[in-house]
Amino acid sequence: MIAQATVFFRTTYFIDAAYIVAFSLLIYGMSGLTGPRTAVRGNKIASVGMAVAVIATLLTPGVWAGTTTVILIIVGVVIGTVIGIPAALKVRMTAMPQMVAIFNGVGGGAVALIAWVEFRHHFEPGFFPLRTEIFELFGAIVGSISFWGSNIAFGKLQEILPGRPIKLPGASQTILNLVLFVVAVGSAIVLCAGVHSQALFILGILVTSAVLGNMVVLPIGGADMPVVISLLNAFTGLSAAATGVALNNTVMIVAGMIVGASGTILTNLMAKAMNRSVPAIVAGGFGGAVAAPDRGSELEGRTVRSTSAQDVAIQLAYARQVVVAPGYGMAVAQAQHAVRELERALEAKGVTVKYAIHPVAGRMPGHMNVLLAEADVPYDLLREMDDINPEFSRTDVTLVIGANDVTNPAAKNEPGSPIYGMPILEVDRSGSVIVLKRSMASGFAGIDNPLFYEPKTAMLFGDAKQSVSEITAEVQAL
Amino acid sequence: MGTTFVIDLSVLVLAGFVGYAVISKVPNTLHTPLMSGTNAIHGVVVLGGLLLMHVATGWLEHLLLVIAVAFGTINVIGGFLVTDRMLGMFKSKPPTPEETAKALEEDNK
Repeated sequence: MIAQATVFFRTTYFIDAAYIVAFSLLIYGMSGLTGPRTAVRGNKIASVGMAVAVIATLLTPGVWAGTTTVILIIVGVVIGTVIGIPAALKVRMTAMPQMVAIFNGVGGGAVALIAWVEFRHHFEPGFFPLRTEIFELFGAIVGSISFWGSNIAFGKLQEILPGRPIKLPGASQTILNLVLFVVAVGSAIVLCAGVHSQALFILGILVTSAVLGNMVVLPIGGADMPVVISLLNAFTGLSAAATGVALNNTVMIVAGMIVGASGTILTNLMAKAMNRSVPAIVAGGFGGAVAAPDRGSELEGRTVRSTSAQDVAIQLAYARQVVVAPGYGMAVAQAQHAVRELERALEAKGVTVKYAIHPVAGRMPGHMNVLLAEADVPYDLLREMDDINPEFSRTDVTLVIGANDVTNPAAKNEPGSPIYGMPILEVDRSGSVIVLKRSMASGFAGIDNPLFYEPKTAMLFGDAKQSVSEITAEVQAL
Repeated sequence: MGTTFVIDLSVLVLAGFVGYAVISKVPNTLHTPLMSGTNAIHGVVVLGGLLLMHVATGWLEHLLLVIAVAFGTINVIGGFLVTDRMLGMFKSKPPTPEETAKALEEDNK
């Protein structure tokens, strides 16, 4: 029946033409994202493309057959709209990583459900051509992994689940994951070979992939989230494209592949910015599980210098250039608006203020940029790591707000350090460094940061938002 | 049918290259909007739910597809809306009075 519908559908020139218009608009819209000026329009163009695709699909002969179908489609769309609109309008920018994680999840979930229905519906072996079956099963496995993996990522980011890695001891986690993977793929091959109990087999594959999705993301620590979210994004895209091939739908193929490409690019960028390989991250256990080399004795005897908001204000107000290096701590403290106030106060005193953005600062690609944009910081003030690093030597004061590992000079100087080789913001090259931090607890990677013990570094302990507001008040009073 | 499959596969491969070329140019600044934008775009799976609804039989298949359509709609509507909201926050620095004066001068020439 699907085959008949598909054949009929292929003869409908109008629908085909509409689909070509739709994916052209999607690609053209996405190409607008190359700059902040064109991006708003690009996003609107892409949404028009999506609307064309949906309308063309609804016009496809047969889709509206029967009252039940019509009602069910409307019910589905209404439920999605009722959940989607308030979620999009209310979410805070600090919560964007969770939002993107759960959105990745529902996309993957939809793919898995569609595959399930396809297989449930056609019991007799050999109904599908083998090639269709392979793509549909790829979608089922990857979509299911993405759904469950994203739910775990959401749970960790929303702090429903603990952010630290949760894993079985030693190599048993890797072995279990490998077994699950082999079972899922093996069942898929058996299914392709033509077994009669297809309905049960597809359920088995979905469940195995679901367990695998949980097992893969649970052992990954909070600091690795930018990589995981990007990877799950790629997974969802690729599974959508595979379903597109199975359903013979060009818009699904093109859209899925764009997302797949985007997720892949981001995954690689994030992994590179952490100097770690993607397989190593997926194998898990970095964020806290790897024992940092015991240098406690070495660092003992070194002391940190604590400072006050008043002293910081004086230092900042008489500086020529101040660089702000924000990290996840700024997001947690919701300090972005306070930081913007401080920037304005300093600019009023004639101080040049710039922001240094590390690619993996925060919990997702570009997290800091969005937070600062929300606080009205013009994007021209945000500098990428490679642009700002040569400037630190000309900077009088660097203000590190809730960032830790991305400023850790051990990544440059200590070959034994777990983060050795990771590109960092070279804040230690500026005249002096002020670190805003809640306590001396180590970063998410559990690595001590020698920066804190440098003579030029002063620590301002306390809630970042409150500290920044105090500094601003002092600057304004000067 | 064989030809259709080959065409689909060709579209798949070519779209991969196009996607790579387009997305490579997106700057770090816009990576979060890029992710939420791609969230909206993989909501395209809603088409699969729409196309299969009339084929499905029994309450379970219908239920699964309603969920799939709802999921896809959340992605499409939520994704585009949140991206629009986010992109609206990205502002350039307003021109300084001197820059405005300079621009006016050039206009007068």
